[in-house]
Amino acid sequence: MTINFTVSPSFPNERISDWYIFNTWMQRSLEVSIHLELHDSFKSQRDAIAAGQVDMIYANPFDASLLVREKGFKAIAKPADHADEMVVFTAAGNAINQIRDLQPGTRLAYVDDPAINTIGHILLEPANLDASNIQDNVRDTYIQVAKEVLRGNVDVGFMPVEAFNSLSSLVQRDLKVLVTSEMQSIQHVFLVGPAALEKADAISQLLASMHETDKGQAMLTSLGLSRWQILQQEDVEFMIDIISTLGH
Amino acid sequence: MIADMNPAWITGEASEHVLTYADGSTRRVYVTGIETPYPQGKLIVSRTNTQGIITHCNQSFVDMAGYEEAELIGQPHCLLRHPDMPHGAFKDLWETVHAGKQWHGYVKNLRKDGGHYWVYATVVPNVRNGEIVGYTSVRREPSREKVAAAEALYKTMS
Ligand SMILES: Cc1cc2nc3c(=O)[nH]c(=O)nc-3n(C[C@H](O)[C@H](O)[C@H](O)COP(=O)(O)O)c2cc1C
Repeated sequence: MTINFTVSPSFPNERISDWYIFNTWMQRSLEVSIHLELHDSFKSQRDAIAAGQVDMIYANPFDASLLVREKGFKAIAKPADHADEMVVFTAAGNAINQIRDLQPGTRLAYVDDPAINTIGHILLEPANLDASNIQDNVRDTYIQVAKEVLRGNVDVGFMPVEAFNSLSSLVQRDLKVLVTSEMQSIQHVFLVGPAALEKADAISQLLASMHETDKGQAMLTSLGLSRWQILQQEDVEFMIDIISTLGH
Repeated sequence: MIADMNPAWITGEASEHVLTYADGSTRRVYVTGIETPYPQGKLIVSRTNTQGIITHCNQSFVDMAGYEEAELIGQPHCLLRHPDMPHGAFKDLWETVHAGKQWHGYVKNLRKDGGHYWVYATVVPNVRNGEIVGYTSVRREPSREKVAAAEALYKTMS
């Protein structure tokens, strides 16, 4: 048996090799063959899920509903002390100082990511902005988003906090954060699908103790995590209920 | 039955009102008209059982309601009902979620100190194995324009 594993495309490219190292470690520890397939877009990852080509996934919270409620995936773990928060920012010299200063016709730029996209739009609601009075521009990379804002081609950008903090200090100096989300309850989750369910307990135990060895800790650090926290199915169901309210 | 508000909890000048709930019970409340601004970037989350009794709430909910978490858990959600909210809004809420659907609306909530805060609320049924086992409400920050429109509408409703 081979377990087909994938990771939601929201992580920075520099971490691709770290996920392969994680995959190798899991294979050796579980003594089972695991194939890691990384997709470069949410669309191609969703196509793979629909085609039954995913048995284990570190998933974007906004894909959890599809996986758990329609595909029978089970909750395993989430990263501890690591929330998926985001920033809405403008250029440092822009006259806009708070969300409520934004006007109808506001131009946005962001990278295609269902969590950032949905939460970002919610953060604009206090300015009475919605799909009918904003202009969306999807870009391929976080750097491109920052550049669009710096050049004044768009008024605001959306970005995960982590991505924003990893922009060079030179770039950050010319940007101004209007709001940082504190959703708290919305996070990436590690899920196992029906074909790999017999391994679910072994996978939980392995992840739960990963931070206890030096090697495990080093791998976690490279992935930007501190340790895994084991989840009950109801924890993920609750998160999905919360997310289901955000689309409307 | 919810205990009356205690005048000692109130901050500022307050007017007194008696609320009558859907089940016919009443509660004496005090209202100051002082608005607490919505906490930017946050979601205010609570869950109830099928009877509308609070079973879970997040820190933002506790901060905004002004009660301790222990004073909230086990209480009916109408603990936060403000006298300016028309009964019809909540009747619609309950009919919608009983039918298994999501309800959305602008809500003015009463704080323990007699002040209030406005939210845009969504309530969803929690469906597990095909059954409704409770409800979750997620609130986010509304625009001033939407609040003004809701305020005007609620004045015309009962
Ligand atoms: C999940 C959930 C959350 C609710 N949140 C509120 C709330 O924040 N404020 C409020 O006044 N009523 C809220 N309600 C509605 C109350 O249960 C109640 O219907 C309302 O306060 C009016 O009281 P009445 O129906 O007894 O007249 C909520 C109901 C549910 C199911």
